[in-house]
Amino acid sequence: MSHERIQMAHGNGGKLSHDLVKNIMWPAFSNDILGAMNDGAQFTINGARLAFSTDSYVVKPLFFPGGDIGKLAVCGTVNDVAMNGALPLYLSAGFVLEEGFPMDSLKRIVASMQQAAAEAGVYIVTGDTKVVEKGAVDGIYINTAGIGQIMDGVQIAGQNARPGQDIILNGYLGEHALAVMSERHGLEFPQTVVSDCAPLNGLVAELLTAVPQIAVLRDPTRGGLATTLNEIASQSQVGIMLDESSIPVSPAVQAACDILGFDPLYLANEGKMIIFVDKEYTKEVLSIMLCHTYGRESRVIGEVVSKPSPLGQVGLRTRIGGVRLLDMLVSDQLPRIC
Amino acid sequence: MLTNEEVKTAADFFTREIGRLAGEQPIRLMEVCGTHTVAIFKAGIRQLLPKSVELVSGPGCPVCVTPNEYLDTAIAYSKNPQVIITTFGDMLKVPGSTSSLAAQKAEGGDIRILYSPLESLEIAVANPHKKVIFLAVGFETTAPLAAATVLMAEKAGIKNFYVLSAHKLVPPALRALLMAEDIHVDGFLLPGHVSAVIGMAPYEFVVDEFQTPAVVAGFEPLDILQSIYLLVKQINEKTPKLENQYGRVALPAGNVVACQTLYKVYQRADAEWRGIGKLAGSGLAIREQYGNFDARTSIPVTVEATQEHVGCRCGQVLRGTILPTACPLFGKSCLPEHPVGSCMVSVEGTCAAWYKYGAGRWQG
Amino acid sequence: MCLAVTGKIIALQDMLATVEIGGVTRKISIMLLPESKVGEFVLVHAGFAIQAIDEEEVRKTLELFKELEQYADQ
Repeated sequence: MSHERIQMAHGNGGKLSHDLVKNIMWPAFSNDILGAMNDGAQFTINGARLAFSTDSYVVKPLFFPGGDIGKLAVCGTVNDVAMNGALPLYLSAGFVLEEGFPMDSLKRIVASMQQAAAEAGVYIVTGDTKVVEKGAVDGIYINTAGIGQIMDGVQIAGQNARPGQDIILNGYLGEHALAVMSERHGLEFPQTVVSDCAPLNGLVAELLTAVPQIAVLRDPTRGGLATTLNEIASQSQVGIMLDESSIPVSPAVQAACDILGFDPLYLANEGKMIIFVDKEYTKEVLSIMLCHTYGRESRVIGEVVSKPSPLGQVGLRTRIGGVRLLDMLVSDQLPRIC
Repeated sequence: MLTNEEVKTAADFFTREIGRLAGEQPIRLMEVCGTHTVAIFKAGIRQLLPKSVELVSGPGCPVCVTPNEYLDTAIAYSKNPQVIITTFGDMLKVPGSTSSLAAQKAEGGDIRILYSPLESLEIAVANPHKKVIFLAVGFETTAPLAAATVLMAEKAGIKNFYVLSAHKLVPPALRALLMAEDIHVDGFLLPGHVSAVIGMAPYEFVVDEFQTPAVVAGFEPLDILQSIYLLVKQINEKTPKLENQYGRVALPAGNVVACQTLYKVYQRADAEWRGIGKLAGSGLAIREQYGNFDARTSIPVTVEATQEHVGCRCGQVLRGTILPTACPLFGKSCLPEHPVGSCMVSVEGTCAAWYKYGAGRWQG
Repeated sequence: MCLAVTGKIIALQDMLATVEIGGVTRKISIMLLPESKVGEFVLVHAGFAIQAIDEEEVRKTLELFKELEQYADQ
């Protein structure tokens, strides 16, 4: 059953999203830079190694505990650039506004963007604004693109995972997904549930200065940790084994997942990063992360193994000592009874 | 609450004992609840069992056993601009004969996912000129909720709320499995939450008439391991009985109010189970006095002729007679992102769980 | 067919109870479990309380699992 129309699942970052790029965008645009299929593009101009990335932001609600669409639009692109081992420098911002959108909301969002940009040390240097008729978009959509300079001696790519590496995560999963879910299905979350949206470029710079040997960096956004690890395992053709009891999930996120039937390993995060590094550097990486605002809950959650299962490449050792295979996200998680 | 170490130690005990008691003779256990299928995969339980102990999934996924005709009817209703369909997320991507609710949604059908059937009433009140049809799927855990929602609608005078019912009952399916000649099961893991509603009595025939071991099981990894241990122990000692591992939730008498509410609105009826066929008294139909809440009798609709997908062997998978890998479509034309049969689309459908979580053993 | 969680009733009015699960709260119907009281633990499925949790059995189950430690390494 092939798809004749776009379905919501095509936008969720999982299998169908990948298929869309593979079957429609890639054949049309194919080139080596795109072919690397990392979160951003890496290329060299006159000897300068650059990273370039873009993302569009359509989150609802626009304002949520811990942030808003503006903060997300800046942090998301800053992080994508940083995950290439680069120092983000300049962003563009394109706005598509719905006729009737409140001016005050726009002001709030733009202020939020500037605040996030200031924290990240980046400048929004160019942009565009379009207005469409009422109903043509839902309030406001923002696209940001970012460019940055790849740090010296650094080679970060999804193809660089190797056996003998530890996998490190900087904190709790699913907080952003929950924060934007607050108004749905009658669930009320405690005040502690706040989006983890944050610019990680500062932490990345510190880490790469001290440990340029870091092999892979990625932020598990849409599709969650499981999808991101599957992408890397596939790009590097390695196996990954995670330790379930090491993966941090807060009681509130776990409760919401239990109620609705969601899996925290597939929930979106906006202030999390995964680091693959040779085990000899793990201690140093952790010591830097644990001292940083956005790394206080960092820990090793797994390792790269040499022989993946023929059935799949990411495994999870469960609390009872069994093994579960973690696939990529296929379709959006929906509240279920089974 | 248990610490990680305590969980591991308890799991090690059960795993060791299962290995010791199972011996060499092959043992085949069936879990009859889709939620158990998922829980078993998520906990990686098959990894811990000796090769002689086989776990097969039965027809406990209410979405999977729902025939194409129901989906086609729901899809037909969704094309009516006066209709709002409300459904649990489980149904959204299930393929009917030629389409799915997800595809209809993409084409503009007003189809809304809810967590609780009560949300249908809020939608009905907010949209007085539309007809809100709730897709009532599920076993005895969920059916009383649909009945309660109908009663609430009646009390509140809500006249635009309807139910399209496909509810089914577990005990008749168990009986059909036990009587089938091509299915051989040495013990059953019984659904803990269905039992919370119906109690223990409806399962007594499994032991009394068929001398088959049965354990009402909870859903935590340790609950499932302990239940498998209890079953293997019964088989080893040749003492089939009905045990309750989930006593903290599955109270032996069940929930009398829930059952009374259920049978006030519903009555038993024959029902079509995908893969098993028609089973007498295995479904629930809305009683005549609540007929004005029954979509089928209240809202006319034209439904396309039902077609079954050629080559799809969901029926055999649902009965536990073949593993998903034996179906020629599995992993090829039938994948989670474009499922052919319902076993692949529902999260706890056997084929989907098998594909998503791996056949169960990490070959590292 | 059985996705359900254990929640604690923290408030009650007529047939609507507020349950708390891991800090998350939701209003649910106790139409199917009308004898429910504040402070009790109930099984919650799709917005309804469908059974009371036997706290004594909870304690016994936890104790059983913990006791298995004495059989470790046998």
